[in-house]
Formats: sequence, structure tokens, C-alpha cells
Amino acid sequence: MKTINLTESTVRDLNQALHDQARDLREREWLVTHPDGKHNLAVGINEALSIDIQGHAGYYCAGMNQKASVTVHGNVGVGVAENMMSGMVRVKGSASQSAGATAHGGLLVIEGDAGARCGISMKGVDIVVGGSIGHMSCFMAQAGRLVVCGDAGDALGDSLYETRIYVKGSVKSLGSDCIEKEMRAEHLEELAELLNRAGFDEDPASFKRYGSARQLYNFKVDNASAY
Amino acid sequence: MCGIVGLYLKNPALESRLGELFEPMLLAMTGRGPDSAGFAIYGDEVNEGWVKLTLQSGEVEYDWKTLMGELEGCLGCSLDWFRNASAAVLKVNADEAMVRAALKTLAPDVRVMSAGRSIEILKGMGLPAEIAERFSLAGMKGSHIIGHTRMATESAVTMEGSHPFSTGDDLCLVHNGSLSNHFRLRQELERHGIGFETENDTEVAAGYLTWRLQQGDSLQQALDHALEDLDGFFTFAIGTRDGFAVIRDPIACKPAILAETDDYVAMASEYQALASLPGIDKAKVWEPEPATLYVWEKKAV
Repeated sequence: MKTINLTESTVRDLNQALHDQARDLREREWLVTHPDGKHNLAVGINEALSIDIQGHAGYYCAGMNQKASVTVHGNVGVGVAENMMSGMVRVKGSASQSAGATAHGGLLVIEGDAGARCGISMKGVDIVVGGSIGHMSCFMAQAGRLVVCGDAGDALGDSLYETRIYVKGSVKSLGSDCIEKEMRAEHLEELAELLNRAGFDEDPASFKRYGSARQLYNFKVDNASAY
Repeated sequence: MCGIVGLYLKNPALESRLGELFEPMLLAMTGRGPDSAGFAIYGDEVNEGWVKLTLQSGEVEYDWKTLMGELEGCLGCSLDWFRNASAAVLKVNADEAMVRAALKTLAPDVRVMSAGRSIEILKGMGLPAEIAERFSLAGMKGSHIIGHTRMATESAVTMEGSHPFSTGDDLCLVHNGSLSNHFRLRQELERHGIGFETENDTEVAAGYLTWRLQQGDSLQQALDHALEDLDGFFTFAIGTRDGFAVIRDPIACKPAILAETDDYVAMASEYQALASLPGIDKAKVWEPEPATLYVWEKKAV
């Protein structure tokens, strides 16, 4: 295991060392100490590395991740795992707003709470939150799954496309075109699998499913004359 | 952008180290606001009946001694005062309105930054490190302090346009964000007799709070009204004589993070401004909810 202490190395040194592994893999396991809320830690990785960040991270931590497994032993700022393509990002603490924004793939696990706009415009990532999420989460979310073991804030799933949302607790309000849907056997199955991968011991039957009413994003031929 | 930071000490044993603990917090927010910086520090309280004013002049070598001599003659009482770089802190056993009127006559170019029994507002153009150095922040003592690093978006970079803004006796405001209805609101407030010195949107928010408090609102009521009447983005930190308050607009685009230990409550735009505080690794760290008022005071609001 290689250790990078961010009181001695810069964030650029760290990210360069991680990027170098995609060309010439010499070290799979990395430990980052003294992150002290610095931004852009472990971004743009393109190799199956395992990275532990010991402390709180700032904005865009593990953004654009591919293949790597990143664990933050603390809280993260805005946009953790934004635009992630694959791999896994686990936050042991809580996340600020826009967690997993626009992410295409992989698994984002937040053991604490996530702030506003969690999963905004997500495009295929799976997000599992142990606590609660803030307002406008899954705004214009297109694909992937969001699981929330706590409560959801205002306007959940506003202008939703095809992301499936599972919430155990209360939903303060649903956004435009987001509705509660029937929980069928295949949904219980996929939820059980997601909770299992995230390491949460929750009963899938205690969740409700929310999704798109599909009234906003489909072009209605009846309206053609309006254009 | 802009960065805001605040530190409220629960443990009085740390009061001699307030400036030293706060300076790295302010400097950590340089990236969010390199244009100008400022802070409002609370401490060195004057007795009841006295008033403490922080004055600023555009001239670095301003002749405060002559002004204070003239002011003593005008008010007919002795003054306690000291210079701090381009500012002067004046303590006087007299009516605040009389002191302000005398200052206006004697030195119309001198600006009153703050008034109260405890507050001192010190601010100016330049990097946060330059402002901290200029006013010898690291050596300052006190019970609590809020600060601001500015990246100007709405109005000119000037000393007057930098934060904190006074909102009344021992009250001040720092702001991260931008208000969209400040022009109309300024006109309304001017009709209520609130004066403005800059084109700055935050000064309008400060003037709004001043007006609400003059109308008899508590701080809580004034901020509840602010949530209705201010349109735009804001995270505010508000300094009071006994503590500080934090509030974010309902959309909560502008960041804020809070940390609490047995020794202090701290707030900042970003966690990296809190990383230098002692015991932060054991602190309770969380984000304030939108449209929710958080207050820490020695007494109730």
C-alpha cells in the first residue's frame, strides 16, 4: 500500500500518481491522509485501484471515476462521484449537495445523509443513501436507481425520466411528473440486491417505489399542431 | 463566489486565542474571495452607557489624533481611542447619535464601520492575508468573530463594498450569494429612512435587517421576514453582541458547513476553512438545512 500525506504532497501530485497507474500499474492500494477538506481528490481515475481517504474531503471527490473503489472515511463536499462511469465510491460520513450528479455507472454509497440535489441528472449510476436526502433530488434523472433508507426532501424526482427511486421513510413532496408506483417482485429483487451490495441491513418490503409518470418527456402527437 | 467564516467560543479560556484560531479560517477562503476581506470581532466590551465605534478613513496616514482632539472638544468629554492601521476604535461615554453627528461635521470623509458595546468591524481591499496582517488579526482577543472573503459580482471592489456590513448596534452581516431584488428593495427602504453608501446588494440586506429590527422585530422575526422579502441566493452569517446566527435561502445553492465541539461553534463556506481548528476531527460536523435559522448565543435571542 502506498500512502500519500496531503500535508506534504499536493492534490495534483496525488491525482497524477493515481492516473499513472492506468498506463503502468505498480500499486493497487492507496491511502490518502490529511485530506482536510481539499477539493478534487482522486478524480479521473481509470484503473481498478482501491483508495482510502482518511478524513473529510472537499468538492468533486472521486469525480469521473472509472473502475476504482474509493472510500472516504469522513464527509464529502459538493458533487462527490459526479459523472462517475464505473467502480464504487463509499462515503462513511455525509455528503453535501449534488452527490452523484450526472453519473453514468458504478455504485455510490453514502452511509450518512446526502444534501440537496442528490443524483441530479443521473444517467445510470446506482446511489444508496443510509440516511436522508435533501430537496430536488433526482431532478431530471434519466437512468439508474436511487435508494434512500431515511427521508427525502421537497420535490423528489422533479421532471424525472427513467430512474427508479426507492425511499423507506417519508417524502416531503414529489416533484412534477414523479409518482408513487407499485412495488412488484422484480423491484423487491433489485432493491434487495442494491441494499446487499451497499451493505445495509434493511427490509426491501419497507420501501416505497417512485418513478416517472411519463407525462412530461414524451412528445404527444396530439400536440403537433402547436408547433 | 465569496467565502464566509465564523467562530463562536463556548470555552472562555480560548478567548485570548480568538484571532489566532480565526486567521487560518479566513485565509483558507482566499480562493473563494481574493478581492477584499473583513471581519467583525466581538470583545473588549465597554460599560453600559458607553459606545464603541470603529472608524475608517481612505487615507492610511489619517491624522486620528487631531480628529479625536476636536471630537473631545465638541462632545465635552474625554475619549478612549486607538489606531489600528487605516481604522480607529473609539470608546466614549456619550450618546451614539451625538458622536455620529459630531463626526459627520468634523470629518465627513470618515466612515463609521460599526457601533455598539463590543463589535469592531475591520475590512478593506486586498487578499485576506493582507487584511489579516494589516489589522493584526492573529493577536486579537474576543468571544466571537465572523469574517468574509469577497469575489465581487454585483458591485465595485471598494472598502465600503466589502463585508461585514453593520445592521445596527453590535449587529452585522456577511453574505455569500447575490440578491436579485436589491434595486427595488433599496428604493423601498430609502422611503423608510434607511440610508445606503454603496450599490452593493448585501448592504441592502443589511439595511433590510436594520429596518426590521427598528420596527421591533426580534432577530428571529427579522430573518423570517427576510426569507419572504429577499429574492436571490444567500448564505448569511449574522454577528450579534452575544453570539452569531446562520441562515441559508430555501434553494440553498450557496454552501455552508457547521462544526461544534465543547469548546466552540464554527461555520464556514467549506470544510477546509475548519480543518485548522483544534479538535475538529472529533467535532460534530453538518450542513445547515435550507431556510432554517441556527443561533448560538450566551442568552436567548
